[in-house]
Amino acid sequence: MSSEARREPLIEVENLYVYFYTYAGVVKAIEDVSFTIYKGETFCLVGETGCGKTVVSRTLTNIVPPPGRIVKGKVIYHRDGEEVNIIKLSEEELRNIRGKEIAYIIQDPSAALDPLYVVGYQIAETMVDHGTVKDFKEGFGRAVRLLKEVLIPDPERRVKAYPHELSGGMRQRVVISMGLSNEPKLLIADEPTSYLDVTVQAQVLDLLRELKGKKGLTVLLITHDMGVVAEMCERVAVLYAGNIVEVAPVDELFKRPKHPYTVGLLRAVPNPLTEIEKLESIPGTVPNLIKPPSGCRFHPRCPHATEKCRREKPPLIRVGPSHYVRCWLYAGKGEEVSRSE
Amino acid sequence: MSEALVRVDGLKKYFPVGGIIFTKGWVKAVDGVTFEIRKGETLGLVGESGCGKTTTGKLILKLLKPTAGKIIFDGRDVTKLRGKALKEFRRQANIVFQDPYSSLDPRMTVFNIIMEPVRIHKIHVDDPEEFVIKLLYEVGLNETHLYRYPHEFSGGQRQRIAIARTLALRPKFMVLDEPTSALDVSVQAQILNLLKDLQRRYGLTYLFISHNLGVVKYMSNRIAVMYLGKLVELAPAKELFENPMHPYTKALLSSIPVPDPELARAKERIKVTGEPPSPINPPSGCRFHPRCPHATEKCRHDEPALKEVGKDHFVACWLYA
Repeated sequence: MSSEARREPLIEVENLYVYFYTYAGVVKAIEDVSFTIYKGETFCLVGETGCGKTVVSRTLTNIVPPPGRIVKGKVIYHRDGEEVNIIKLSEEELRNIRGKEIAYIIQDPSAALDPLYVVGYQIAETMVDHGTVKDFKEGFGRAVRLLKEVLIPDPERRVKAYPHELSGGMRQRVVISMGLSNEPKLLIADEPTSYLDVTVQAQVLDLLRELKGKKGLTVLLITHDMGVVAEMCERVAVLYAGNIVEVAPVDELFKRPKHPYTVGLLRAVPNPLTEIEKLESIPGTVPNLIKPPSGCRFHPRCPHATEKCRREKPPLIRVGPSHYVRCWLYAGKGEEVSRSE
Repeated sequence: MSEALVRVDGLKKYFPVGGIIFTKGWVKAVDGVTFEIRKGETLGLVGESGCGKTTTGKLILKLLKPTAGKIIFDGRDVTKLRGKALKEFRRQANIVFQDPYSSLDPRMTVFNIIMEPVRIHKIHVDDPEEFVIKLLYEVGLNETHLYRYPHEFSGGQRQRIAIARTLALRPKFMVLDEPTSALDVSVQAQILNLLKDLQRRYGLTYLFISHNLGVVKYMSNRIAVMYLGKLVELAPAKELFENPMHPYTKALLSSIPVPDPELARAKERIKVTGEPPSPINPPSGCRFHPRCPHATEKCRHDEPALKEVGKDHFVACWLYA
């Protein structure tokens, strides 16, 4: 990682609250989430199903689907030296950012592509809409180059292919090329490989890493797979039940995990390269967020839970350079801060 | 070495494709697979989607009719079982499915879900309620769950119910078809440990099907690797990871994202290009040859057979012929 002084923030999320107003009650999907994504890094949000990782990523371009609403908080986007709050922007201004400055790769490549149009048209469309190219003819030309960049063999022919004519891995490459088409400042990849087989996943991850190096992209990677985190990221935020429980550089997180949830999560993943006698599991399941547990949301599953954990929400504590943890175990062992990096 | 509980010999399953009257072709889902599962062991079956792992599992349980080949379970040919013998086989050999959201009837209570197979097999239990409660405790649930419906449970709990349902019949053999891939990692570990405990307690034999190599390694004594309907390698778990021989196994192993950043950086990745081809018209010769870095002319024409190259280590590749 580059030295501390040169790190420039690109996105700063501050004290974000997102609630979903459902018939069953208010789902407190995200509560008090803060983090910073620096220019040029790969930042990772990791967590289990329903922990709110996708919802967080959606707030970055303000596309939280109803009945969800951003209740509180700021998403500061550093746009050419200017600071804009994404949540306060008008629809029209947002359209200039979405897909152009902040682009998405969603989990399911088949859902991201329209089955009725050839892929070249769909890639060109994103560029025409944002004025990157003047017409579709130029767009198709650019699409061929983009497909070549994402290592699709025979791009001149494939640009005229319909999505169903391509395999899963190929489709995901097309979606990646769409994401890259307007040279975004931030690329959000939401579980980009979880629909793919391992050998293909390895190819797509290699491709993402290569493109990132070549284009100096900033990437927000969302995943549930600790293996993908270890291979791809520089810094990691661990989400549990709508709270960030730990933020740390990747080596630090894997070597010295602090939060009991992170520790449990790392021990629960069977590492194929080591001998494991007995996997340690985390008892219980992820809580319902309509009535989240009081105090620390992890306390019902935590082996170290005390009376205090049940009553009071733990503060965010800085336990090392760039290492933050939200847990009472570390109270007094570091400086209490209002937000993490 | 203990004796085989299940022996599979030249097993094939072709599915017809296209055409209402005439078939246009065949999906060769499983194409000549031979292996055995020994009493009390867990045999892991890994491969990518569409390679025929689930079909193999279903064929062994006679949930599908094989196109060719033999399945011997406990000394009897499964394909020839009828009537009473078949019913007894169904009691002894069971399956846990991947998705606990669709494998439990939403309109039945847990009690009924677990008792249904017991009633069907006319197994006498003195006190059904007590019997089910005992099973629930064995899988980590309790009597408060007895009269609840599946929707009231989380994914991990549902999978426990599904496991309790198969245990109710006191089976000898279970096919575990990706039992944890619909679950979160923190819950996955719970279920894997539960399955291991049960195996120890009841001397169960497992066929563990998964695409997750970490999980398979943790669970299995021996591992079979499938590619496009064929076995390419079969070896004891430790041996397979330390000394993989088939180029596909090597690629598969080096493709797994390792949950350790230092190892991940140090690791040399063996790259394979492309994706698994369609099983409708599989490549000639060795099915892996179009993606294999060592492919020769011979690989394109002749199919390698599964051969023992080390102790208990089988591989189907011309490199080792």
